Amino acid sequence: MDKRTQILDIIRRVAGKEPPEAADESLFDSGVLDSFGLQDLVTELEHIFDVKIPDRDLTPRKFESVERIEAYLEGHGK
Amino acid sequence: MAFLKAFGSYLPERVVSNAEIGARVGCDAEWIRNVSGIDERRFARDDETVTDLALRAAQDCLERAGVKASELGMILVASGSSERQFPGPAASVANRLGLDSTPCLDMSMASAGSLFGISLASRLCESLGPILVIGAEKMSRIVEREPMERGVAILFGDGAGACLVDPSNGFARILDCGLYSDGAYAEDLRLPFTTPLEMNGRSVILQASRKIPRAIATLLDQHRKRAADVAVFLMHQANQNLIARVAKALEVAEDKFYSNIRKFGNTSSASMLIAAAEWSSANKLLPGETLCFAAFGAGFHWGALLAEGSEA
Repeated sequence: MDKRTQILDIIRRVAGKEPPEAADESLFDSGVLDSFGLQDLVTELEHIFDVKIPDRDLTPRKFESVERIEAYLEGHGK
Repeated sequence: MAFLKAFGSYLPERVVSNAEIGARVGCDAEWIRNVSGIDERRFARDDETVTDLALRAAQDCLERAGVKASELGMILVASGSSERQFPGPAASVANRLGLDSTPCLDMSMASAGSLFGISLASRLCESLGPILVIGAEKMSRIVEREPMERGVAILFGDGAGACLVDPSNGFARILDCGLYSDGAYAEDLRLPFTTPLEMNGRSVILQASRKIPRAIATLLDQHRKRAADVAVFLMHQANQNLIARVAKALEVAEDKFYSNIRKFGNTSSASMLIAAAEWSSANKLLPGETLCFAAFGAGFHWGALLAEGSEA
């Protein structure tokens, strides 16, 4: 399974909603994730991709869209 | 050594329902309850000041403790909503308690202020004597600044809480605390001088959801205790959903976290002590049982404190 598919699956699982069609669309503005859903998303990303996301990286902007999540993981060798 | 001797609180009379505040910011009562766990909050009268609220909580605490104001070695007041830039309310509270030379300290810290105050008091009381720690807020003054912002207006209420920290006796001995601050997030929750409170709710929740359980777990580990061993968690009443997250992260039942946010909303620095006062009115910490305070707020400042029931 490629990275984007995995990310989309995680979003579906934690939000219980379909991710936005466009990869650059905000998960917040589209109503897919709220503040607590974002925390669940980060926890799942750490678990599935075996990556430790430090507190200082934990800004909503870094995880705002599928595209940004993908970029973050790529920047961390995933 | 330092002990928790007594708590006290004061809540203004006027109850502001979700329906009332929701009508002002365009949302319904049920939505407010779902996102925060809050049903109502208290708003102080126009002529009530932070000092007024703090004084009432102080008097309640001293009465419960059976201690006279003249016996106090120091007064610490945490408030992020004080009416003046300076002086803060601490010296005014002391004055109205009839004191004219007792040292006072204001802590302009918002939600983590009471926790930091108790921690500071626990270190100072052996040399200064009993220290009264107060958290007092008139948040209605802040949230009613125009333009009212929905995410802020629905959360906050007014009130005051107090705690007497004594060097020689009390119902619980303070074991230890872990305090932390990180100014990288100062812009994510801030109150400018005249404009409305600004809050990046997503950042606050993300950081608080991690930092609070970590602070508690670190402290418990240092004292070879487990979260399940704690009799009661008294946490800053920020949002019921956050309290539930912290409980889940620590793998304990949510009802171990005493909560009264449904009735009083988020009263910032006052909330932890208001919850403590209400909890202590109906409950007793038995000798050897563990109590855990925790808070997180603007700064960001956060931390936890452990106390153990003593033979008071």
